Formats: sequence, structure tokens, C-alpha cells
Amino acid sequence: MSANLRFRNPELAQNIAKKIREVAPKKGQVKICHVCGTHEWTITHFGLRSLLPENVEVIAGPGCPVCIVPAAEIDEAVLLAKQGQVITCFGDLLRVPGSESSLLEAKAAGADVRIVYALSDAVEMAKKEPEKDFVFHAVGFETTAPITAVEALGDLPKNFSFLVSHRLIPPAMELLLGVGDLEIDGFLAPGHVSAIIGLKPYELFTRVYRMPTVVAGFEPNDVLMAIYMVVKQHSENDAKLENEYSRVVKPEGNKKAQEMIEKAFEVVAGNWRGIGRLPDSALQLRESLAQYDARKKYGVKVEQGKDILLGCECHLVIIGKIKPKECPMFLKACTPAKPVGACMVSSEGTCRVWAKNVAANSP
Amino acid sequence: MLMCLAIPAKILSLQGEKAQVDFGQGVLRDVNVSLVEAKLGDYVLVHAGYAIQILEEKEALETLSLWNDVLASTGE
Repeated sequence: MSANLRFRNPELAQNIAKKIREVAPKKGQVKICHVCGTHEWTITHFGLRSLLPENVEVIAGPGCPVCIVPAAEIDEAVLLAKQGQVITCFGDLLRVPGSESSLLEAKAAGADVRIVYALSDAVEMAKKEPEKDFVFHAVGFETTAPITAVEALGDLPKNFSFLVSHRLIPPAMELLLGVGDLEIDGFLAPGHVSAIIGLKPYELFTRVYRMPTVVAGFEPNDVLMAIYMVVKQHSENDAKLENEYSRVVKPEGNKKAQEMIEKAFEVVAGNWRGIGRLPDSALQLRESLAQYDARKKYGVKVEQGKDILLGCECHLVIIGKIKPKECPMFLKACTPAKPVGACMVSSEGTCRVWAKNVAANSP
Repeated sequence: MLMCLAIPAKILSLQGEKAQVDFGQGVLRDVNVSLVEAKLGDYVLVHAGYAIQILEEKEALETLSLWNDVLASTGE
């Protein structure tokens, strides 16, 4: 069997699940937190929670980069769109609610908002239409930030700029450890963020917080194996940093990508939807690239937005405090077709992932 | 699209920072390879049109053999 198929082999999955049952403690809960929308997708889509012993729980932290963009930054994009700039973005962002309007609603009202598959497509559009001003709303964690850096440091046309909403994952993980009654016992670290940043940024969690931390890939057996590694460490009262996803994640990460990020951005405090302001958790284009910073170029800065609508519990879902089905609106007032909160909008949002596969997470 | 999703693809041709890659089943696309030192025939992980890392087949096989060892150890 090819390597690829082995990572999805159901028999292997059953064997790993058996191993997890063997190492799981006889008493007490083990709560493992992941911080990646694609991990939640794998876990839910393949029904992995049903393979775990009752006292091993996997919760979803703030791993959806679209969901955590604060309303104020959507408001900035909407404002720019209404001023006549062409807003380009990935499709997921379109329906994310701002304080008053989403980009989709702005588009319906006549603004020029365009979905692109890759940032380079947006740059090409700007070159072809020099009479218009283009803004790319750059959303994403460390996986996506180097892409913005490549273009910002490259040969950009004058009519192109970025509305940067990039965020960094380790500060969000650290925040979760401070949430009193969350009581996390271990982390699954996100594989593709780690492909860029490497292992070092997670040392804090093992050293200072004594948190078993395992970098995990995205095939079902990757995730199960990483869960096994965390549970085993927990049972042995160990706190190590392990790399389950070594076929992609090198200990040093992607040096070239790190250099690009460092060259293009400075690390600043940033607001996260449903969480609030986290120090050293956001990226901002350096002064030398100010001409490509849409906020500076067009003098747009929205300080405060309306992140969570009344009744919506996205803020609790985002930090893993409640499961989507514990929100009274879930699949009632809030559905994939008519989402209320950001977690139901993005295909990586926890509520959206659960809505698409309700049965997988039922007890 | 999933924002932390990245898909493996094989490099078919290279021209400066652009490469044509094969995602399998005949899906070909141009991607930007300026973040990796990729060679012809390498498998790269593509995220939103940009290769972000080279996939190591050797590592993939080692991972699986490691798993086999873990699973072969008898449970107490």
C-alpha cells in the first residue's frame, strides 16, 4: 500500500484507537486542544471522536483564521469597498459579518469585491486594470503570512495594497492556558503553521506550562497518532514536544518563509474576534512598505466593531469552552445557509464543520 | 477554501519563481515556488497557490515504520 493510503487506512486507525485506550488513564479526563480548522475538519469528517475512550476529549481552539478576524477589520474592508477600491479576498471571508455589513452585502450594494484563489491572481488583476485601486484583505496565520510577504517584497504595481489581518498562533495557545476552567492537558499543534515556524515557538508550552505538545498532520491517522502521543505523555506525567508530522515539518521550519515574514512585517498587538486584544499576536507591514499598507494609504482605521451578535456564542466556541451544539442558536437561528456568527461562516469554523456532519460528534 | 489546508503536488516544470504542478488526476496548475528550494519532480505542499514546503517521501515512510513499531509493541 502506498504511503499516502496508509495515512487513511481504517484498520490502522482501529489499531491506533486501541493503543489510545491502552494508555488512557483509568480515572479522570484528558482534554486535548487543537488550534486548527483543518484538524477539526479531519476529526469531524472521519468521526474520530467516536474512536476515543469516553475520558479522552478533543476540543477545538481558535484555529479558524477567518473566524477570528474582528468585525472592525471587516468594517475597514467594507469601508474601502464603499470608497471605490476593489477588494480582493479568499471566498471564506466574503460572508464574515462586520458590525453592519459583510463584504458580500457590500458587493450586493454595488461595491467591487472579488474572490481570488491565490494572492498572485489579485496582483495580476491590478496589473491588467491600472485605472483601479486594488486592496487584498490578507487573512491567515503563519501558513499564509509568508505569501503576503513574498508579494509585498516583490514587484507590486502602484495600485495594489494590503489590508493585513494576519494573526499568530502561539499567543492564542498561551491565552487558552490562562482560561481558568478550560483545564487543557495537552496540545495538538497545527501542522502547516509548524511547517513555517518550526518547533521552537512551542517550547514555551512544554517548558513553562508542562503541556504535552505534539505537532500533527491532517490525515485521520496522523491526528489519531498525535492524540495517542499526547495521551501517553499525559499518563506518564511527561511534557515533551513531539513531531508526528515530520514528513512536512522540519524542526527549524521553513527558514526562507520566516525571513520573508521578518523582512515584511513587525509583530504588534492584535484584536481577535470573541477573544479580545492579545499582545504580540498580529502582523503589520513595516514602515518601509507603508505604501502597500491600505490602512495608511487610505487613512482607514476602525477601532471598535460589533464582534458578537446578541445570542451568538461564537466567543465561547472559538476558545473551546462550549461545543457548537451547546449554543442555543446552532442549526436553529444559525445555519450554514444563514449564518449568524463567524464560526458558522467559514468552512473552517467549528460550527460550520459540525453543521456539515452533525452525527459525527453526537455521543 | 480551508485556510490552513495545503495539498501535495508534483513539480512538472520550473521557470523562475513559477512552476507547473500536478495535483493528481490531471489537475495541473501554476504555483509560486519562491518560498522553497524545489527541484523538478519534487513533491511540494501547496497552500493558496504557493508552495510552502517540500514533502519528504523518506520521512513519510519512516513515520509509517515508526507507527508500526508502536503498534507492534504489546499492550499491557
